[in-house]
Amino acid sequence: MLEEVGELIVTTLWMAIGITGIFLLYVAIAASCAFVAKLILQGRKKEEGFNSLKTVTFGDESSVSANRLASVLGVIAIFLLWGIATGSKFAPPILPGPHQGVATFEYTAVNAAGQSDTGTVFVHTHEEGDTPTLTEIGAADGFAVDDVVQVKVRRSKLLKAQNNDEGGKEDGFRVTHINSQPIEADQTVDYDGGSLKMTKKGSLSIAPYPGMTMEALYLPPPEQVWSTFLDLNANGYQNVGLWENVFWSLSRVVIGFALGALFGIPLGFAMGLNGWLRGWFDPLVEFMRPVPPLALIPLIIIWFGIWEQGKISLLFLASLWIMTIAARAGVSGVNISKVHAAYSLGASKSQLLRKVILPNSLPEIFTGARVAMGVCWGTVVAAELVAAEKGAGKMIIAASKFQLTDIVIVGIIIIGIIGYGIDILMRKAENRLIPWKGKG
Amino acid sequence: MSGLIIDDISMTFQLPGGGSVEALKNINLDIKEGELMSVLGPSGCGKTTLLNILAGFLAPTSGHSRLGEDVVTGPHPARGMVFQKGALFEWMSVSDNIGFGPKMKGTPQAEIDKIVEELLDIVGLQEFSKKMIYELSGGMQQRVALARCLANEPDVVLMDEPLGALDALTREKMQALVLKLWKETGKTIILITHSVEEALLLGERLLVMAPRPGRVHKEYRLPFAEIGAGADLREVKKHPDFGPKRDEILNMIWDMEEEIMGRKEG
Repeated sequence: MLEEVGELIVTTLWMAIGITGIFLLYVAIAASCAFVAKLILQGRKKEEGFNSLKTVTFGDESSVSANRLASVLGVIAIFLLWGIATGSKFAPPILPGPHQGVATFEYTAVNAAGQSDTGTVFVHTHEEGDTPTLTEIGAADGFAVDDVVQVKVRRSKLLKAQNNDEGGKEDGFRVTHINSQPIEADQTVDYDGGSLKMTKKGSLSIAPYPGMTMEALYLPPPEQVWSTFLDLNANGYQNVGLWENVFWSLSRVVIGFALGALFGIPLGFAMGLNGWLRGWFDPLVEFMRPVPPLALIPLIIIWFGIWEQGKISLLFLASLWIMTIAARAGVSGVNISKVHAAYSLGASKSQLLRKVILPNSLPEIFTGARVAMGVCWGTVVAAELVAAEKGAGKMIIAASKFQLTDIVIVGIIIIGIIGYGIDILMRKAENRLIPWKGKG
Repeated sequence: MSGLIIDDISMTFQLPGGGSVEALKNINLDIKEGELMSVLGPSGCGKTTLLNILAGFLAPTSGHSRLGEDVVTGPHPARGMVFQKGALFEWMSVSDNIGFGPKMKGTPQAEIDKIVEELLDIVGLQEFSKKMIYELSGGMQQRVALARCLANEPDVVLMDEPLGALDALTREKMQALVLKLWKETGKTIILITHSVEEALLLGERLLVMAPRPGRVHKEYRLPFAEIGAGADLREVKKHPDFGPKRDEILNMIWDMEEEIMGRKEG
């Protein structure tokens, strides 16, 4: 136990160091971009409007607005770093890529009779799926015959150089030098395309230089993700179209959220307007609110199965409490003067509810709806990871099982963009439907 | 229409930590139809409580009030209320706010439109009928509040510091408007204020209340409201009686405040 805690602390420290490194790199890029942008834009365009006349800006939040140029550059920087790390064609080759093509080295062998001869090894390093044209081996001038080796990029290959040599099977035949450098078992020697190590049995383990860029299995370059996206867009994955997956995820979210709002808002109003109902539902709501919807997945699967009913029930539960609490807060936020005024003007209870309490709580309800939509979108993806026929989450988990990282990344990007899009739409709707928000 | 009678009203609040406060004690008043009464007093004298009781938002611990023969048991359109601020409906336009009362009664839309137009004219907001509440200045918002109250044709208009949140200039204009409305509509108006000048200008009858327990300390009959209706209020303030009255009442309230402070320290 104590040991595990110790490990945890060490892991955390390492993570902190790693995060600091990445963060500093990104901030350094941001700072240098800011510096360059300032130099270029200097004196070209003066800011206009009231904010430009403020002398106190540091600490005045209202005078800080997002710099759009910085947003664009920040996104470009992410893509650029991504491209550099994966050796993309469109990024400057700052990090060396893995070795490709033909490299040669000479080995010197001594045969059983004690004579020595040299042979050449042609190492063809190629991308997965490529078939390189191999070097033709000419006639040998001694007992050591040349070899040709094919290695996939970032992989290694064992070569027993003596296998094709004359007398290579005899005792005492051994490889002694690589490119005139002496080599023994367990020693590593560099050649111009990478390094090789001699095994205990005298074979050569050839490892072409792997480079410093990331392998597509871990992180594919942007262009590969883009072409995967185009392919998914056209052909789908596992017989389900990309947008069909997205459509199913979105429909579940919309239906689940709509059900949650349909029942949550009246429930919240009831709790805000009636003491008995507030007392009745308070423990339930306060208990369910902090339970993350994902914790309910096992129960939901047992009760409702893995099909649509299960997922929609989950999303319903995810949004119900949020909407209930938002509506309740909306009712309690009604200025008592408004209620008094409405009654004095002759409103009945139902008129008060429809004409005053409902519109007055719309801002709160909308805030709740934004939160609920975000939670639902996150929950639906997670629920599909567990079990689904179709859906964005399902696509990701299915692709991950075949190590199709590019599909996983396409899925993640689409999920992110749609989640962001939902929030933007909600905000637009908010501005349109409740322009009085915050102005009461 | 008929007068408003306050019959021996007392109001005691139980404090959460035990003990109680006598916000009002044995208030008796007879407010005539068409009377303009201002109520003045230091904080804690129970003037807002009294207004809330008259509006029907609070039930007194003992005693009762009645409008004509109708005993006050709850809010009623016959007793309109104008609040200091925050009581307008931001999600409605100026017109819809003013037409709210008639609409609740089920008045046909054409008739509501007529009422609204008339009131917009009276309070001087003809061009703002389609504007939303949050687009108006504080003074304009209070004009809407006045108009909304009047649209319901209440017998009594209760005003809870309606001009308290306005700047001095706007306040002066609004005071003239209140006087004008009083003269033109002949409504019974009870107005609570913190400002002695305002109480003098907007009260045929002025009630000075005293705290602990909340009670009527002194009552005045004043000529200024009658003079001020339709006249320049600044001229009214130059009336030979105005200054002395103002000083007298200010001193009275000042003494009360000192007494409260002294008691607190003691």
